Amino acid sequence: MAERIDSQKPAIRLQMQGVSKRFGATIALQDVGIEVAAGEVLALVGENGAGKSTLMKVCSGAIKPDAGLMRLDGVPFQPGNPLEARRAGIAMIYQELSLTPHMSVQENIMLGMEPSKLGVVLWKQVRQRAIEAIKEFDNPELTPDARVSRLSVGSQQLVEIARALAIGCNVLVLDEPTSSLTQQDVERLFEIIGRLKKQGKAIVYISHFIEEVKRVADTVTVLRDGRVVGSKDVKAISTDEIVSLMVGRQVEELYPRSERQAGEVVLDIEDLAGLHKPKSASLTLRRGEVLGIAGLVGAGRTELLRSLFGLEPVRKGRIKIGVYTGPASPVKRWMQGAGLLSEDRKEEGLALSLSVSDNVTLSKLKGFGPFGLVLPSRQDKATKRWLEALDIRCRGPQQSVQSLSGGNQQKVALARLLQHDVDVLLLDEPTRGIDVAAKALVYKLINALASGEAVPALRLAGILPAVENKGKPDDVYRDSPHRQPKAVLMVSSYLPELMGVCDHVAVMCRGKLGPTYRIDEVNEHELMLEATGK
Amino acid sequence: MTFNWRRWLNTLSPVIALFVVFELFVLIAPSSFATARNMEMIARQTTIVGIAALGMTLVIISGGIDLSVGSIVALSTVVIAWLLHYAGAGPLTAALGGVAAAAFFGLLSGVLITRLKVVPFIVTLGMMLVVRGAAKGIGREQKIDVDPAQLRWLDELLASVPKDRSWMLLPPGVWIMLFLAIAMAALLRYTRLGRHTFAIGSNEQTARLCGVAVERVKVLVYTLCGALGGLAGLMQFSRLTVGDPTVAVGLELNVIAAVVIGGGSLAGGEGSILGTLVGALIMTVIASGCTQRGYPNWVQEIITGAIIVIAVALDRLRHRRTT
Repeated sequence: MAERIDSQKPAIRLQMQGVSKRFGATIALQDVGIEVAAGEVLALVGENGAGKSTLMKVCSGAIKPDAGLMRLDGVPFQPGNPLEARRAGIAMIYQELSLTPHMSVQENIMLGMEPSKLGVVLWKQVRQRAIEAIKEFDNPELTPDARVSRLSVGSQQLVEIARALAIGCNVLVLDEPTSSLTQQDVERLFEIIGRLKKQGKAIVYISHFIEEVKRVADTVTVLRDGRVVGSKDVKAISTDEIVSLMVGRQVEELYPRSERQAGEVVLDIEDLAGLHKPKSASLTLRRGEVLGIAGLVGAGRTELLRSLFGLEPVRKGRIKIGVYTGPASPVKRWMQGAGLLSEDRKEEGLALSLSVSDNVTLSKLKGFGPFGLVLPSRQDKATKRWLEALDIRCRGPQQSVQSLSGGNQQKVALARLLQHDVDVLLLDEPTRGIDVAAKALVYKLINALASGEAVPALRLAGILPAVENKGKPDDVYRDSPHRQPKAVLMVSSYLPELMGVCDHVAVMCRGKLGPTYRIDEVNEHELMLEATGK
Repeated sequence: MTFNWRRWLNTLSPVIALFVVFELFVLIAPSSFATARNMEMIARQTTIVGIAALGMTLVIISGGIDLSVGSIVALSTVVIAWLLHYAGAGPLTAALGGVAAAAFFGLLSGVLITRLKVVPFIVTLGMMLVVRGAAKGIGREQKIDVDPAQLRWLDELLASVPKDRSWMLLPPGVWIMLFLAIAMAALLRYTRLGRHTFAIGSNEQTARLCGVAVERVKVLVYTLCGALGGLAGLMQFSRLTVGDPTVAVGLELNVIAAVVIGGGSLAGGEGSILGTLVGALIMTVIASGCTQRGYPNWVQEIITGAIIVIAVALDRLRHRRTT
């Protein structure tokens, strides 16, 4: 399998030159060129909508470019559809895995190319080839007969990679491969990428995590607005430089921090336990405070927020939100002034086929018309303020949410909490899968909400909508519902973000929530150790 | 605000489809087809399916389905006849009794779906048999005849408008359907129940997250669907003037077809009252046109079947282009 590679001049595996593509009036790609050599990892970075996905769709035959040339191992190549590209040796591993969960590992690996005779599948060969493909990975969970739905997300991804290798793909495109992986699975994936490199595969690695890119890639190409704005050796460029290239300007302080004044306790839980997770969790959250919960995926952080919010059963423990004690349904929680931002935008957070306006106002359809009626025009009016304030890019409040980019979708989900004007914000992975600019806005917003007095300034800066001035200029903020600082409980798997945004942080490990630390008492390393249970 | 051509075209596309089908028959059918009299007949023939389809639209938008509608129509006719014949009730009481019985079974479906957490298809499939059985039980497996003197206005709901009341233009039953259609369209667009129904159909988890009382909304939706099925039964009774437990077998499929032709998606979150009415009308126009042209029944059925598939395929195509 391994090929001899001339160490002086590795062969260019995949070459794209002058690729351009327009969709109507928008230019998605303009004169883009990339090159990946055998045994090289090229990182493709850029904000959402910069053209990464379009470029890779061109490469995998899902989109026909308007202009441009592609070569695969020096041979001109023009895939008409994804299947042709796959046969030619280009495999895409998408963020959303494309496996059939009810079938076994071997069936998934050989799906669509089962060796057969007269239409009868030759199971011996299937098994043999599957074993060959997975033995590289050296993962005890991966056996040919294991049902895919029982595997961890990380192992499922390996099945997908094995499938690509089994057809003999030499170019692998990994699109955000680590966004739903645990730290251990990420390490394992990096190790496998290392091995694939040695075998002379060419790898295109798309990611939002610049730290990862710096670790795993050899060269990095930055896309912005459909053009290549920089292409450099990873060792010769700093993280800050990459970020600046991505956003096209110097990023100001990513994690702003105004003075925050801790007020009364608004959320108090003691020894909370759910059906399976969490096993025990105690914490206290005050107004004007951001409390972060760190931990690995699957530690029970999401379940903690969900049982707090009444979406999952509470077995024992005490919950107090504001003056209300005891478990309550989501209907009640919203009324009590708490709101939850789901970690899973597509499955739970948003009703994708509905409009932006419906999604923003869904939790409180009151006050949009006389006699309890809901007038769409008034919903739109309320929504428009948030479109401007949060810089949500869309054609208007009536556009359906599914056609927005990830960052804009997340802003819509956040706008719901702001529109409802909740006092306790439960944010589950608020920056998952969104670009740097959108992340910066989320951080800014959390800071503004937690430090009540910063909100007027933000309103002037257009981050929050202006309040109608009824009386003297001094009254502008007196009636404002946003004057009071809010309390934020935030779950994140990204430690730098927790360190940057939170006042306090606690770690969840195997369903148990540890003690709460002041953010200046701890460092990332210690948190990671606690999260992995060491 | 700029005028949004595309949106209007999308909303009106079922109406355009109806117009095309109608014109087609005007061209090929005898000249009697395009007369006011025939159009009145088409409206009358659409009423039963049309009223039932209003409730079905709501159910389908919520992501569910109700297979018991045909049985509920039959039950409603039987209950009305029973009340008139055995209980000596007046026409209004009997009509309300029929609708109430139908609403009760809708409520029961809704409660079972939300409490037992069994998919609507199965629950209402069972309910289809239960209700049909109940109707046969009440009627002792026979039609219940009603003394014509007791009917009073009940048999006029779908009768052709007599000369001395030509100011009515259409029979009262058709007016009831149109009024209910407007009410339902307003309910879907301007009330919390309507917006919540769309939200549940689009993504039930999101609705739950946002504090929508999902179970309560669903129970309401199925109850409304049952009640409207009962009203359709009243129209059916008006036409037959007997309580017939074996009537309207398979009607639920026509009702579902009307919703689907009108742009309703069985996956939930999509559908409109205007579309549904047009869907119901298209099916009647085909039936009426074929009859007048002298096509046998089997040809009608093939054409209707083809129209269902074509309508949905066109709808998908339109969706792919706009999103």
